[in-house]
Amino acid sequence: MLSRTADHLYWMARYTERAENTVRMLDVSYRMSMLPGVNGDGHADWRAILDISELSDAYARTGRPLSPRDVIEFVLLDRDNLSSVWNCLRAARENAHAVRGKLTSEMWETTNTTWLEIRDLTPVRLQDMDLGAFFEWVKFRSHLLRGVTVGTMFHDDAFQFARLGTFLERADNTARLLDVKYHALMPAGEDVHNATDYYRWGSLLRSVSAFETYRQVYRDVITPHKVAELLMLNDAMPRSLHACLDEIVDILGQVANSRSCETTRKAGALHASLHYGSMDDIFAVGLHESLEKFLACINKLGDRISNDFLMPVATP
Amino acid sequence: MSEATRTGATPYDEMHSADGAVRPHYQPYERWLHEMPRELIDRKRSEADIAFHRVGITFNVYGAEGGKERLIPFDLLPRIIPGSEWRELERGLAQRVRALNAFLADIYHGQEILRAGRIPADQILDNAQFRPEMKGVDVPGGLYSMIAGIDLVRAAGADGRGEFFVLEDNLRVPSGVSYLLENRKMMMRLFPDLFSRYHVQPVDHYPDLLLETLRAVAPAGVVDPTVVVMTPGAHNSAYFEHSFLAQQMGVELVEGQDMFVQDDVLYMRTTQGPRRVDVIYRRIDDDFLDPLAFRADSMLGVPGLMRAYQAGHVTLANAVGTGVADDKSIYPYVPEMVRFYLGEEPVLNNVPTWMLREKDDLAYVLDRLPELVVKEVHGAGGYGMLVGPASTKAQIEDFRQRILAAPEKYIAQPTLSLSTCPTFVEAGIAPRHIDLRPFVLSGGKQIRMVPGGLTRVALKEGSLVVNSSQGGGTKDTWVVD
Repeated sequence: MLSRTADHLYWMARYTERAENTVRMLDVSYRMSMLPGVNGDGHADWRAILDISELSDAYARTGRPLSPRDVIEFVLLDRDNLSSVWNCLRAARENAHAVRGKLTSEMWETTNTTWLEIRDLTPVRLQDMDLGAFFEWVKFRSHLLRGVTVGTMFHDDAFQFARLGTFLERADNTARLLDVKYHALMPAGEDVHNATDYYRWGSLLRSVSAFETYRQVYRDVITPHKVAELLMLNDAMPRSLHACLDEIVDILGQVANSRSCETTRKAGALHASLHYGSMDDIFAVGLHESLEKFLACINKLGDRISNDFLMPVATP
Repeated sequence: MSEATRTGATPYDEMHSADGAVRPHYQPYERWLHEMPRELIDRKRSEADIAFHRVGITFNVYGAEGGKERLIPFDLLPRIIPGSEWRELERGLAQRVRALNAFLADIYHGQEILRAGRIPADQILDNAQFRPEMKGVDVPGGLYSMIAGIDLVRAAGADGRGEFFVLEDNLRVPSGVSYLLENRKMMMRLFPDLFSRYHVQPVDHYPDLLLETLRAVAPAGVVDPTVVVMTPGAHNSAYFEHSFLAQQMGVELVEGQDMFVQDDVLYMRTTQGPRRVDVIYRRIDDDFLDPLAFRADSMLGVPGLMRAYQAGHVTLANAVGTGVADDKSIYPYVPEMVRFYLGEEPVLNNVPTWMLREKDDLAYVLDRLPELVVKEVHGAGGYGMLVGPASTKAQIEDFRQRILAAPEKYIAQPTLSLSTCPTFVEAGIAPRHIDLRPFVLSGGKQIRMVPGGLTRVALKEGSLVVNSSQGGGTKDTWVVD
């Protein structure tokens, strides 16, 4: 298939996934901010949100205070913030528009309708809305597009590149979320020992739809160590790093071309580190260090995929 | 001048005869409409609007304020053409397109028609649309305009019969066929019961015909040609159509940046490496095709494409240089082409046309500006024209100065009273002027078209300008047996 077409499908999926994960993250902070007695430093959570997406500097330049409402507006709707949910959904739709002939009509109508519904949303109108319901809406639209893609699109290379975008973005987003939240939540590397912490870790799990899964897997109290394990190493947990790499390696095997050997190898190595990794090893290196390394690998993998199959990116 | 084209005649009404009776081919529709509550129709109208928006069948308007994407208004009342009328039109259209292609082949080779003195040579050779690069280049099947859009209008004759005239030939990159197809889909979705009352000839096989046409003009020796649709990009006004046709034909939609030329062979970049391209259905003007051959500042084209084309390694549809046959200054000679190349009398007539580079014509026209239509020879899309009866004195005087400054840039025609068709408007149903653009496909030995064409309607009361960029709408067009 045409490289540019594959590129648009890949980015359509990436931006949609990014929008979804952004609201998942906002959702958890929003819920936490409503818990009583957790406002030791009420700003920490909101600063963490900006850190996750590397937006702290951009935010500082806007001169806005670090209040929940301002951060939420900035992350959801800010037109100048290229990572805002509004801009992600716009970019997803623009990418879809550029290859709409390659999409099933259901896929196109889904992304187009999503965009038409958020397009005119302003901060003023947002104030009158139930934020929780709005977060649900964004997640739901992303679920819908993904479901419609799997359920209606011919499973050829076009489909594979759209899926590749989803899993690469998700691997990145889960790693970031875990990295930032883990350290924001850990007081001193101890187990969760009071009700407040229980809720905070519970919210983190909920933000990746893993609360019930955790219970099912561990039948135990929530410990940070196990939360990290679930989100990194458990290959049955759909948002875990391991599960994402399973998919990425599988897809790269299917779309391989004469240039992509090294990319396949790199992805395989990263996959192996999760498949055969243990939390003890990871904590020995340091969770933060491990996640940083993982994020660097995922970024490089993304560049390699662009160069081998899609539109080449400028080499740094 | 014939009675049919005289200024001020009562327009031909497609649905009603002069005595107000409903014409036979509209009678089942009229009965159906009568049974239909107005609220239902209103609901269907908004349903259609929502559906078109959701599906994204929109139209980008250059320079429009704010949002670029706009919906072309769709009118629910179909334009119905009896089968017998259509067969006559079909014969005339095939004849005309055959002659135009013969003319293009001649102009870029032996130039017999110039030597025979049927068309003044300077009219062709000095025309900006004439492409010297095409001289002596052999194109597959000797075909230049494989996809032609011929604009027809109908004016009232003295006997109450309407006569079709060719208003304009579009031989470069005619657009609108996607609306023709989507309009039909929409009508069948909104009013399935109507289609049980009529035998409406189907149109949805157009993409198949188009693909067959394109495959038929592949370079000699290519067995299973790779066909692509080439678009200037997502911001082009007709982008929806480009992507629609590529999808319907199951071929790649490419931009210039997706292709490259190596050793005079054209390739596209795919996820599996370079792949050879044999036929390009290009929806981009000559000027932008190849920065090495034409406009050097074009970012839309492919460097070296023209050389690959001249070497016969790739086919462009339509060919480069077809503009010399659909230029408004050449239009008056088309009937002569039919006689010269085919030895036949034209089935379809031209609208009488004055060429203002001729002294007598100029004087005649300047005397009658308030009643005539004056068009720029190179204008398109309804821009750069004067509709005398609809213009103010100041506008007319302004245009007079422009004509005097460069008379050779203009032609003039009588203000045709275009036929009208009942149309839903705010106040109910009222007659509005319409035209018709059938799409004529030439590939191999055959000339084919789907029955009917795109009917455009001028939604403003009394307006004669049907272009979508100027507030025109469209209707589904039925050829019925």
